[in-house]
Amino acid sequence: MGEKRQFKVWRGDETGGDLQDYQVEVNEGEVVLDIIHRLQATEAPDLACRWNCKAGKCGSCSMEINGMPRLGCMTRMSTFSETETITVTPLRTFPVIRDLVTDVSFNYEKARETPAFAPPVGVAPGEYRMQQVDVERSQEFRKCIECFLCQNTCHVVRDHDENKNAFSGPRYFIRAAELDMHPLDAREDRKTYAQQHQGLGYCNITKCCTEVCPEHIKITDNAIIPMKERVVDRKYDPLVWLGSKIFRRHPDDDELVQSGSSHAVSAGPAMTGVDLPDAHERTEEQEVERGVNWHRRVGPAQLPAVGANGRLGVSEAAFDRSGAASPFGDDVEFPLPPRDLNYAHPDQD
Amino acid sequence: MTERIERHHYDVVVIGAGGAGLRAAIEARLAGKRVAIISKSLFGKAHTVMAEGGAAAAMGNANSRDNWQVHFRDTMRGGKFLNNFRMAELHAKEAPQRIWELETYGALFDRTPDGKISQRNFGGHEYPRLAHVGDRTGLELIRTLQQKIVSLQQEDKREFGDYDARIRVFAETTITELLLDGDRIAGAFGYYRESGDFLLLQAPAVVLATGGVGRSYKVTSNSWEYTGDGHALALRAGATLINMEFLQFHPTGMVWPPSVKGILVTESVRGDGGVLKNSEGKRFMFQYVPDVFRKQYAETEEEADRWYTDPDNNRRPPELLPRDEVARAINNEVKEGRGTPAGGIYLDIASRRSAEYIQKRLPSMYHQFKELADVDITKEPMEIGPTCHYVMGGVEVDPDSGAAMGHVQGLFAAGEVSGGMHGSNRLGGNSLSDLLVFGKRAGEYAASYVDGIEKRPTVPAADVEAAVDTALAPLTREAGENPYKLQQDLQAVMGDLVGIIRRKGELEDALTRLAELRERVAKVGTTGGRRYNPGWHLALDLRNMLVVSECTAKAALEREESRGGHTREDFPAMSAKWRTVNLVCSLDGDKVRLEHKPLPKIRPELIGLFDRTELSKYLTEEELADFDASAEGAGK
Repeated sequence: MGEKRQFKVWRGDETGGDLQDYQVEVNEGEVVLDIIHRLQATEAPDLACRWNCKAGKCGSCSMEINGMPRLGCMTRMSTFSETETITVTPLRTFPVIRDLVTDVSFNYEKARETPAFAPPVGVAPGEYRMQQVDVERSQEFRKCIECFLCQNTCHVVRDHDENKNAFSGPRYFIRAAELDMHPLDAREDRKTYAQQHQGLGYCNITKCCTEVCPEHIKITDNAIIPMKERVVDRKYDPLVWLGSKIFRRHPDDDELVQSGSSHAVSAGPAMTGVDLPDAHERTEEQEVERGVNWHRRVGPAQLPAVGANGRLGVSEAAFDRSGAASPFGDDVEFPLPPRDLNYAHPDQD
Repeated sequence: MTERIERHHYDVVVIGAGGAGLRAAIEARLAGKRVAIISKSLFGKAHTVMAEGGAAAAMGNANSRDNWQVHFRDTMRGGKFLNNFRMAELHAKEAPQRIWELETYGALFDRTPDGKISQRNFGGHEYPRLAHVGDRTGLELIRTLQQKIVSLQQEDKREFGDYDARIRVFAETTITELLLDGDRIAGAFGYYRESGDFLLLQAPAVVLATGGVGRSYKVTSNSWEYTGDGHALALRAGATLINMEFLQFHPTGMVWPPSVKGILVTESVRGDGGVLKNSEGKRFMFQYVPDVFRKQYAETEEEADRWYTDPDNNRRPPELLPRDEVARAINNEVKEGRGTPAGGIYLDIASRRSAEYIQKRLPSMYHQFKELADVDITKEPMEIGPTCHYVMGGVEVDPDSGAAMGHVQGLFAAGEVSGGMHGSNRLGGNSLSDLLVFGKRAGEYAASYVDGIEKRPTVPAADVEAAVDTALAPLTREAGENPYKLQQDLQAVMGDLVGIIRRKGELEDALTRLAELRERVAKVGTTGGRRYNPGWHLALDLRNMLVVSECTAKAALEREESRGGHTREDFPAMSAKWRTVNLVCSLDGDKVRLEHKPLPKIRPELIGLFDRTELSKYLTEEELADFDASAEGAGK
């Protein structure tokens, strides 16, 4: 039989509680959820904890293990050293009901507020035709098991209850992206909706959600950034840009250029990473002090490498990041420096 | 009564929020009914997510020769002709529409090159037939239905200003009793798991969609929810259960490491080239092809291997035999000392397919083993063995409407909790289509039952009080026995004595021990109050697990033959006489009563789909004479 290990488990309810010490037997090949079950079967039969499949498929046993949002069933005991004390606490972003169980109804409310799939008009059941490469982009997001770890870790709401009203969170950004990329979804306004009603603009791409996703969905790169950027794309339609160049439209006419700016902005197309001429005169520090440079022009995002038939080649599709490249470039580090970071905040429209 | 009870009125209460329950709720709501969905877990966590392989439907996308008749034949063969033929017929005919319908709800299945739904091979299915999404089809199904419910709620919000106007999901809620007005369903009583508060849902129709009973077994792929609640509620309401002796042990559950013990390895691993080997490295399944299947399965490794690329000119590998055959074969290899250290055998795909192929075809399998067990299935074989997976038996229902038989009205059942559809053994892929086809039917007929009633039934106050007392009883016995200990003991009895291979003496022993357990369960106690108290929840589930286990043990002792999910060491052969009999369980006071009931006679045009030689392996002499007479009549 295995040896005893030290655990601290948060016990309590909405009125408060604290960490309690337990010494529990641990055997080879076990996961944290096994230990919680052993506790229930022995000294703490009323220890509250959600679980279902115990196979990383249902997303019920979300908890924070040594401060990291994890699934209890997918955290192997062998990843800890034998002398380490393992601290298990409930998800911090949601109100505690009891012990490790939290009230996750926030997520179900946001789910209801996200517009559902709009079936294409005039296509009968059985007549849906889609190509594998086209469904795969949305399928990535449909892998989501709704463990809500991304919602829990997102700092927009983690310690800011006041943002919960306006912010749907990563889970529902990927839902919006999934429907946006669905080959047959009839709604055209998924991006605008995400910007205007789901609070996509609050996200500043720190990628914490991607890091905690047990399904390894590239939430930030494949859903949030495309959803943010494409809205910018539309505003930066190359034809519109060309038109503005030819007709020497005043930059202030451009809706993305903020009024009240002290600098005249070149209407020329500055590509990603290329600074404005006047930016050279400022130091990096001043730039940061100024916060985000809203005048920086971002070139159109690189389109997916489709062939003559309009589809991704097999090698492209098999690539771990198929579809369009990250509009920020594939080699940048996140978080981006503030001066490289601009996008349309919904409130600025 | 001092206890505060939240009361609601609905037209239809659906107990269970897996595939069958959600599909039933959608249909009842589309028929204009106010519907409550009871979910023991959070919304969208139901056990349906565990289904990996796919949903069987004869759409003919992968092989145009497939049609409902072939699917019907496969289902009947798989169930060893004990299936309710009408259910198998409806299922085969309606499954394609139910799958296509899901696409209009937003489901994204994998595609064929011409853009249709891709279909994959699976054990017991003659043609590639399973609509799938990688190996996470169950998740796609549950999420699609969940999102359809949300979209209906959004419509209701636009129309009535309230999301919950016509469908309300009661998440983390358990029903402990069905309440009757005479012999008519009048409502359902239960508690919120979060708060421990009670609720009473008054409704003339209840659809049971509670899934299976696997938590009564030690090694199981089922989650904690599978405590046979629906089976037990039906029995106590006066309905009957059939085929309870038939449990499917999935042949390939993980046996090592312990964190994943019981968890399934999808059959697709075998469909995509994985083979079973014993500790001597021998691919042993060729020795275990039974006579009834000899014609369809390869005899040499060479032929079997050719099948993967050329299925039209070669016979299938024996690894793809129906689940019961594979489970028995594995059991035998282990018993004869050719097992792995952890008591299983090896499932090897690593040495047969490239790492890229495995990762592409079986992404969530690869992911699951890497993350849960630190096993790389592209590099090493898996250690697997049989795990309790599915109960074929369940509520005896009218095949067309899903209405429960026995002496109760207004009760319907669909999905795993209902019985008859799969006979003695379910084919992989038939459960996801089953729950769609019969979920829809149960919802539809529950709605029309409500339309047809003249006066709404009323709930007797005394019954509600009794239900409160029963629910609170374990909390009043703080010194009572630990529910977890009782569950372990029950699992030991069922796993050891009513497992894959059964013997008369052991089954009798099991019944004695179950009677002892019944005494102990009556005295179960728990501490910790009513707020999200898993000990209390388990204490209440135990009596359901117990009564269902009694049904299984009794029926297993009675049926003196081996067929599908019921293997008797003392009666190893299939008996044509027993094929004509269903064992029906009902409740007489608190005792389980068992009766024999003849199977309905298969309609001539359906039995005509089979060869006489094949039928002769299953039917009695009289039935065969009947078949010959009608064949002759048709020939004239």
